[in-house]
Amino acid sequence: MSRVVVAMSGGVDSSVVAALLVEQGHEVIGMTMHLSDAPETERTGTCCAPDDAHDARRVANHLGIPHYVANYKKAFKTAVIDRFVADYQNGLTPSPCVRCNDVLKFKLLLSRARELDAEFLATGHYARVVPGAFGPELHRAVDHAKDQSYFLFGASQDALAQVMFPIGDMDKPAVRDVARRFELPVAEKAESMDICFVPDGDYARFVEQNATPKPGRIVDESGDVLGDHGGIHRFTIGQRRGLGLPGGTGAPRFVIGVSGATGDVTVGDASRLLAAGLDADRCNWIGPPPSPGTPVLARIRHRSAPDPAVVELAGDTLRLRFDSPIRAVAPGQAAVLYDAERPSRVWGGGWIRASLPFSDAPASAQAVD
Amino acid sequence: MRVYLDHNSGAPLNASAHAAMIPWLTSGRGGNASSVHAEGRAARAAISEARIAVGAALGIPATSVERCVVFTSGATEANALALHSEPGPLVLMATSHPSVLMGSQRRTSTRVAPVRPDGTLDLEQLEPLLQGAALLSVIFANNETGVVQPLPPVRSLCERHGVRLHVDAAQALGRLPMSAIMAHADYVTLSSHKIGGPGGAGALVAVSGAPLNALQPGHQERGRRGGTENVAAIVGFGAAAKGVPRRLDEMAGVARLRDRLWDGIAGLHDVWRNGDVVLPNTLNVGFRELDGESLAISLDLSGVAVSTGAACSSGSVEASHVLLAMGIDEDAARACLRFSLGPENTEDEIQVVLSRLATILLRQKESHSHLGPIMRQPLQERA
Repeated sequence: MSRVVVAMSGGVDSSVVAALLVEQGHEVIGMTMHLSDAPETERTGTCCAPDDAHDARRVANHLGIPHYVANYKKAFKTAVIDRFVADYQNGLTPSPCVRCNDVLKFKLLLSRARELDAEFLATGHYARVVPGAFGPELHRAVDHAKDQSYFLFGASQDALAQVMFPIGDMDKPAVRDVARRFELPVAEKAESMDICFVPDGDYARFVEQNATPKPGRIVDESGDVLGDHGGIHRFTIGQRRGLGLPGGTGAPRFVIGVSGATGDVTVGDASRLLAAGLDADRCNWIGPPPSPGTPVLARIRHRSAPDPAVVELAGDTLRLRFDSPIRAVAPGQAAVLYDAERPSRVWGGGWIRASLPFSDAPASAQAVD
Repeated sequence: MRVYLDHNSGAPLNASAHAAMIPWLTSGRGGNASSVHAEGRAARAAISEARIAVGAALGIPATSVERCVVFTSGATEANALALHSEPGPLVLMATSHPSVLMGSQRRTSTRVAPVRPDGTLDLEQLEPLLQGAALLSVIFANNETGVVQPLPPVRSLCERHGVRLHVDAAQALGRLPMSAIMAHADYVTLSSHKIGGPGGAGALVAVSGAPLNALQPGHQERGRRGGTENVAAIVGFGAAAKGVPRRLDEMAGVARLRDRLWDGIAGLHDVWRNGDVVLPNTLNVGFRELDGESLAISLDLSGVAVSTGAACSSGSVEASHVLLAMGIDEDAARACLRFSLGPENTEDEIQVVLSRLATILLRQKESHSHLGPIMRQPLQERA
């Protein structure tokens, strides 16, 4: 049996992870990451609020395991919060949960686990690590509704070799059943859905509290100015509401581009949201990268259905062409690739830099920023 | 085998305190110390005996203790009572205990006296702060570093400016002679569980007829601390106070163990020591390039109890305000650990700690070399 550090958020998923590992006979160490001080007035169903640390402590006491609250506020601010704000200010759509996993969990917390002489780090993510011909593989959770593999594509194989996702082959009701069987004090606790450091879900206000808004113009594709806006952080590719444009008789208009450089928000009709493919960079491949011409399944945001696509280039950067055009490719989000032959396997992915326009020739990318 | 090196957080309950409390924690035992009946008188007598014992530990004659020793729920409340008793402008130390720093936040006029890199008050900067002030609160022996303040010059400055002096001596009792404190202070804060008594008891001593102004009304403690007394805890505090002379005698041996621990640690890693003149039992060590939080957790898992920094409300560790006030930067402050020893520690225990620490340090260095590029380039991989 091994010494295992469990990242305990105080929620039911990671609590069940701790309980299962204790039951299997492992030496379990509970660790709650103190990531930020969210306002205590709001509902605290988020992964970093002090009440959740308290819940994690109660569960650890219940299970009879040591538990520590470790301070990662500084790293979280640098790696996740500041980047979240900067992404919005640069016209990107941020993906803070991916960054949190990459930096806080798979680097800092894993390193902490190694310092504590633990063989594994376990988390309550819905995903699976499976041994493969080229080292550990990352797979989707059995429960596709809960699957979080999209958020985990940045894990290195070094990390995956020491990571456990013990509830990746369970569905949520089964997890609740285990929690009840162990009489965990959080067995009936509500789900946390929002980004943990913005518990009220008002991202725009959060950005405004942490940066000076970047105002600019709303333009159409021909460059005609349709109006002004108070800050590009309020706009995301594919957005239809809140454009502040006078209602017209024409087709509905959507945000099709946000420029961090000029502050311009470009709008167009729905057809202009369609992209033939995308370019991504800062790629991570779990095992050998797909060679050019390989068919894959790709997701461009959490919860989007995997779309068939073909890899044109995969190394440090990625160029991907979809079998049929897809809607609202948002720079700043991750493009995560799954193996077309074994669709549960996460092949890797990268950070979307630009979409490839639907109509243009394959070679020229339409830089959105 | 577990080794407990966290006496500044709380010393293990000693046998005499335990024995003294048992009758007061026995089922069927009654008695409110305010009651006129036999049970009440017995409780009152026990409190009175405890008060005499605590007074004796400070050299206060039994005839005076009723007037000047007020039992509280602990040192935090004693500090609050002292601050409350002198409502005028307050001067405190940048390294004061959080109970003083946080307790002063509601006051209209508070000034913070800086300390020098060795943790002692900067007397030149202190003097102008005392002008027009009513009370100076000094932490005589710091809980985190053990740094001891020179009281005579502080007292001289206070007298020159007509400022009363509160001395938080929670960490000093049983570790340093109290005579120097009693000679200079107007108010003295004491804590039971730092000398092997139970938690939940403490005292404020008003030395020279300094006024006391109750935080909460009530006739108990001569109207200076309302609320039914916690008889068992006070009795335990009294019993522990009787052991103070012996504890003081044992401090030379504790200091030897502490020095042995330091010598051993210095041979294991690139380390530095915080504070110059410190309590005989306290060793605050910085481990260059390492993370104190991680070391403290590793030591706990290996069976050694130590502390680092100050716990925040969620239980995670913040960089120590005490070390920051001494001019140490935040990363270095986070690399520090506090070892605080007591009379029950043994030579063998120190050897055990050193051997476990050696293993832990080796592993930490390996993990850090693994993490190297991340630590050096804090997450700025994209423009």
